[in-house]
Amino acid sequence: MKTVLFKGGRIIDPSQDWDFAGDILVDRGVIRDAGPSVSVASEVPVIELAGMWFVPGLVDMHVHLREPGEEYKETIASGTAAAAAGGFTAVACMPNSRPPNDSAAITRLVLEKAGMAGNARVYPVAAVTMGQKGERITEFGDLLEAGAVAFSDDGVPVANAAVMRRALEYSRNFDALIISHAEEPDLAAGGVMNEGSMSTLLGLKGIPAVAEEIAVFRDVCLAELTGGRLHIAHVSTRGAVEIIRQAKQRGVRVTAETAPHYFSLTEEVVEGYNTLAKMNPPLRTEEDRSAIIEGLQDGILDAVATDHAPHSSLEKECEFQIAANGITGLETALPLTLALVRGGHMSASDMIRSMSTRPSEILGIPGGTLRTGGVADITIIDPDSRFELTRERMHSLSCNTPFLGQTLTGQAVLTMVGGRPVYDPRGLLLS
Amino acid sequence: MGINCIKSRNILGIGNLSPEEISFILDTAESLKDILDRPIKKVPPLRGKTVVHLFFEPSTRTRLSFELAAKRLSADTVSISAAASSVVKGESLIDTARNVEAMRPDVIVMRHSYSGAPHLLARHVNAAIINAGDGTNEHPSQALLDVFTVREHLGKIKGLKIAIIGDILHSRVAHSDIMAFSRMGAEVFVTGPATMLPPQAEVLGARVVMTIEEALEEADVIIALRIQKERQGESLIPSEREYARLFGISRDTVRLARPGALIMHPGPINRGIEMTPEIADGPYSVILDQVTNGVAIRMALLSLLLADTSRKSAEQ
Repeated sequence: MKTVLFKGGRIIDPSQDWDFAGDILVDRGVIRDAGPSVSVASEVPVIELAGMWFVPGLVDMHVHLREPGEEYKETIASGTAAAAAGGFTAVACMPNSRPPNDSAAITRLVLEKAGMAGNARVYPVAAVTMGQKGERITEFGDLLEAGAVAFSDDGVPVANAAVMRRALEYSRNFDALIISHAEEPDLAAGGVMNEGSMSTLLGLKGIPAVAEEIAVFRDVCLAELTGGRLHIAHVSTRGAVEIIRQAKQRGVRVTAETAPHYFSLTEEVVEGYNTLAKMNPPLRTEEDRSAIIEGLQDGILDAVATDHAPHSSLEKECEFQIAANGITGLETALPLTLALVRGGHMSASDMIRSMSTRPSEILGIPGGTLRTGGVADITIIDPDSRFELTRERMHSLSCNTPFLGQTLTGQAVLTMVGGRPVYDPRGLLLS
Repeated sequence: MGINCIKSRNILGIGNLSPEEISFILDTAESLKDILDRPIKKVPPLRGKTVVHLFFEPSTRTRLSFELAAKRLSADTVSISAAASSVVKGESLIDTARNVEAMRPDVIVMRHSYSGAPHLLARHVNAAIINAGDGTNEHPSQALLDVFTVREHLGKIKGLKIAIIGDILHSRVAHSDIMAFSRMGAEVFVTGPATMLPPQAEVLGARVVMTIEEALEEADVIIALRIQKERQGESLIPSEREYARLFGISRDTVRLARPGALIMHPGPINRGIEMTPEIADGPYSVILDQVTNGVAIRMALLSLLLADTSRKSAEQ
């Protein structure tokens, strides 16, 4: 595909404050022109897409692709296919593979596999500490050179505050980003769901909201002390939003993300020992859910990231206590976030900002914009099309999502990476 | 407004039983109890039925009670200590259950150290499941026998004040007792070291108080729970000595309750910690009645569940 004009869509690009009806001209992988009316020579193919949204490709800054090591749950190929189907042109993958990504060799392996798959772009997040053991920090310089875009021990917290301080200090040599899985491990120990009325009703050990909040506060203080750049992953509580709000007001270099399940669901879904509602941090209360939505509204929470965590039936069809944490998210994030737009909680522009522009900025990667001359990472969304989330239509190797079987509204109809279609179920670019 | 069956095909928890169903189970147990005092302690209603006792956690009393209940009703019984069987070989709970199921039992009585394990089993097998204790969630047959024992001695449940003392957080007996007694119209007060009280215990139907005086004042029934000083490596109380001083039931603390208040304990008792020996063996202790009534309650549960399945299969 060389040149094509997409016509008659709603162009939403928060990086340029754009939200208008118009056309986009893509030429040899680059955005050549965009505006209310773009005219082209007669031989250029035109694709008319009235009512669709033309947006910069969505960026998911928090996924688990499970390769190397747990290829029965997901591979880089299947995970990036799921990303493309969900409207994502880029994902940042967490380092808790087996072995963990704590060396340039593994970072390169991930990038090589991603290149071979040729779906969404993959940006590896490397471990903060060797083996994610929370002791000695990794070779940031070497890892960045190999292609890592940030550092995190996601999946486990950096328990030792002095180690976290060192990581944030050392990150300054590279202006690198440290992503915190904020959890006070002793307070969370043994917990399998949110601590509160539901944990009491179900007789399950709870994880108190303060286990997250204490860790967020610790890391915000350390970022303030060191001047390092901190990003808080998967924020789930009202208190954490408040701590981040105050830190931002003080000028601390902190950003934050939440996941669609934290603004879509509450702990009530755990009822019946539903392992598809088990994740860490756990689903919280209605009060937390509404605070997360407010945090997105006022930009305290910069990004929506899925924490896509594929698991097979081996880890999920078992006793709640020993079930693995996490749900898949790449193929549900778009409709779930669109529900906030439909509900009047956020504008379409703010949604695209949190799912594309901000995550690109935070990670310092290309994308997140429809600027002329930029690479054509574009997602075209039908915001009103309804679909049933079935096992068959999912591209992920795993289907551990509490939304399985539900009818969702809004989906990508075309995902392009560098002008090349990576998801095109309607065959728009076949000709 | 009497009912003649229970809706659920499993007994997973008090949470799924209506007050009418609880009364019906108690009435059934009452009618079966006299069998236990006959010279020939066996009646035929469950002849040809098979009850499997699948215990993933050690148990003496509950298991013996269930087994005797099944045998009194002429069911065939088998017991499996799963700690010593497939689980050690790495088999999943669902696979173990499916294998048991393949041998066509009618009821599986199950105890497991994880909350919700019987609920998982119920989704994967056709046999009726009775929860004989799951993790820190529920122990419904214990709560039913406790309510039965109180009704037998005091003639009613409605309006009584029930005090439950001890490790409420980790006690499945407490969870089921609170729900059962409050569902039947009693007022349930709980107390214990605050490290052993569940968050938002009101959702279960209990009033949480911080002193034993408040809990026991004018109480009609005192239920003391077993204390384990160390739970999963956590020290929740400074010492058993301090626990006994603050929360142990003694002659002094019993005086706060109504005269003649019943003394109960699900067992096994740590004498001298949860209660003094003179209280445990005293005139108002109904601890051994609880054990006897346990057999009657479990006979009732088995006969109700199996009566139901035979009726269902007859309809088909």
